Amino acid sequence: MTKENMIHIHINHIPLEVREDITILEAAHKAGVKIPTLCHLDLHDLKLANKVASCRVCTVELIGKNSLVPACVTKVSEGMVIHTNSIRAIKTRRMAIELLLSNHPNECFTCPKNLECELQSLAKELGVREIKWIGERKKFEKDLSSDAIVKDPNKCIMCRRCETMCNEVQTCGILSAIGRGFKAFVGPAFDIPMAESSCTYCGQCVSVCPTAALTEVNHTDKVWEALADPNKHVVVQTAPAIRVAIGELFGIDPGTIATGKMVTALKRMHFDAVFDTDFGADLTIMEEATEFIHRMEHGGTLPMLTSCCPAWVKFIEHQFPELLDVPSTCRSPHIMFGTIVKTYYAQKYNLDPKNIVVVSVMPCIAKKAEAKRPELTKDYNTDVDIVITTRELGAMIKEAGIDFKSLPDSEFDHPLGETTGASVIFGTTGGVIEAAMRTAYEWITGEELKEVEFTQLRGMEGIREATIKIKDQNVRIGIAHGLGNARIILEKIRDGKSPYDAIEIMACPGGCIGGGGQPFHHGNDVIVKKRQQALYEEDRNKKIRKSHENAEVLKLYKEFLGQPYGEKAHRLLHTHYEKKDRI
Amino acid sequence: MPNVQIEPPHSDLPREKFEQLSSYIDSLDTARGALIEILHKAQDLFGYLPRDVQLFVARKIGIPAAEVFGVVTFYSYFTTSPKGKHTISVCMGTACFVKGSDEIFQAFKEKLNINSQETTKDGLFTLNNVRCIGACGLAPVVMVDEKVYGKVTLEDVEHIINTYRKEDSI
Repeated sequence: MTKENMIHIHINHIPLEVREDITILEAAHKAGVKIPTLCHLDLHDLKLANKVASCRVCTVELIGKNSLVPACVTKVSEGMVIHTNSIRAIKTRRMAIELLLSNHPNECFTCPKNLECELQSLAKELGVREIKWIGERKKFEKDLSSDAIVKDPNKCIMCRRCETMCNEVQTCGILSAIGRGFKAFVGPAFDIPMAESSCTYCGQCVSVCPTAALTEVNHTDKVWEALADPNKHVVVQTAPAIRVAIGELFGIDPGTIATGKMVTALKRMHFDAVFDTDFGADLTIMEEATEFIHRMEHGGTLPMLTSCCPAWVKFIEHQFPELLDVPSTCRSPHIMFGTIVKTYYAQKYNLDPKNIVVVSVMPCIAKKAEAKRPELTKDYNTDVDIVITTRELGAMIKEAGIDFKSLPDSEFDHPLGETTGASVIFGTTGGVIEAAMRTAYEWITGEELKEVEFTQLRGMEGIREATIKIKDQNVRIGIAHGLGNARIILEKIRDGKSPYDAIEIMACPGGCIGGGGQPFHHGNDVIVKKRQQALYEEDRNKKIRKSHENAEVLKLYKEFLGQPYGEKAHRLLHTHYEKKDRI
Repeated sequence: MPNVQIEPPHSDLPREKFEQLSSYIDSLDTARGALIEILHKAQDLFGYLPRDVQLFVARKIGIPAAEVFGVVTFYSYFTTSPKGKHTISVCMGTACFVKGSDEIFQAFKEKLNINSQETTKDGLFTLNNVRCIGACGLAPVVMVDEKVYGKVTLEDVEHIINTYRKEDSI
């Protein structure tokens, strides 16, 4: 930026030289002046920019112009004198919140977002002490139709963050503002219930909703009931991305690995067995790598797409039904795990599968709906009975009065607790395909892979590609995270322009570490990167870093499953997809 | 705009109208930003914008159905329920209101057994309450389609309805 593009302004009497193309909000940030915001959300790495200026909470006063302007969308100009803390600006901002509260359910005590709500925090920060205006209120029905997401339009403040996420980042096109004025609300086309829409339940709308207009379906009571039932054998499994995020709920720094504390907490909640979904991830690699090699050697459909992410699977079913032969047929790791618990584990310990309850702790909201898919619930009652998110587990640990921060470390139980570094990185974008390549490389070449870290597959770019030389073949890899990026890759495949052999897709920006069920980042996307670094660190800490060297997984094949991708494995660990309507 | 072939939905709505709508959209330079124009055309053709028509438009121009529905519900001009053969508009402007047009409107509602913006089961009448139509000297005023009835009394209501019922049965 040349000198000519710099201009001079004053914010709260502080003289500043700033670029001419920035907003007052950005300029204030540089000056160390905090202007509160509500609807505004700019997540740089996620390419989400919600700048609708609908809430007016960032109002500032322009001196000499006698005007109040929203700082989030007003560009600076030469000589501008801005007061963010004049009595007029302060009162106007407070009034914006008071007006929102005049039409907001007054139920913070029982609200799922209590102490996590941005509207609530702002009411405190901006000094709201009474709700001055009492008038008509919205009276919408809650949408409880889906197994994953609850929509409560009465708590919607029309900030449009969810819409921007759903339409521009994820390109699902489910949520739109409907109607106008006082009666306006956000919902799917024709005001159909969420369950009838093509919603993938990725939960990114929940991640960015400032209030409780969009939340996950809470299943914590079901877990408590199962734990209290003496006839039930309750098994819990935790996904890779939980251990690097759950600490945040207890004031531990983002990016801290809390695996040992988490296992101790689960044991103190009296689960009968505490297992690791990473075991399921290693199992997935055994199946997926075999399937990939099989497709390569037998002229099967290429590229092959990973199938661990249920939101992504639902996305392709609704949006690209003509491509359903492309994803791997592997069930997702936690579903595979649930199946193994209800078969192999049940037999081994002489348990009736009907009395086993499998609880999955997932960073994900879509997993709740996945566990209810008809094809995954037909045998053994269900493969996975209850799915709770990282946030729900955190709430349960608090309910149980466990002081998480001071817990000692414990190890996962066996025989389904041994895991590898390969399975840990399943929680980040690029991790599943890296794990698959570690195994595929050794199986194809018959040689030991010396350098297990495929750094060319890592990063945060929305779409990444790399070529990995295996023997005399170049395997071309594509990686996408965020469904908008997935769409770009899928369009290439549909148009016959995909250069890839294998593609990894995760619905959430960052992968599972940025999942819809993770602790709220409240607009600070650096947290997601720290979780990613922690997963790679956990991988480096592992003695065994390749899935096919997981001794317990190998034992499972020897004792029970037979060959990877064999008849029994196929029946128990694979699935099929179906064409779904797009609406 | 590129010619995107979208099969009309299997519905009771006339197929040829979908084809007309389709060629109208194809004739546009770009469908980008032309949603409102397209919806006007669709409402002209079908008389209203049922779900199947909105879905057809969404797929044809490649945007989410939620976005189409959002626009349809934002503008009061667009309607998602079919209009009757005749539209009865009762003026609720100040002059008419003072002269008791709310009672006239109430009488229409009771006699036709519908609410504002609704259409009778036989598809004959749609009832609207409208703002001042500029015939205050004749208050209270009722319009049926383009015809204006002035100084309407409660007794006239039945008479007006019957006039159109008779006309229709001939």
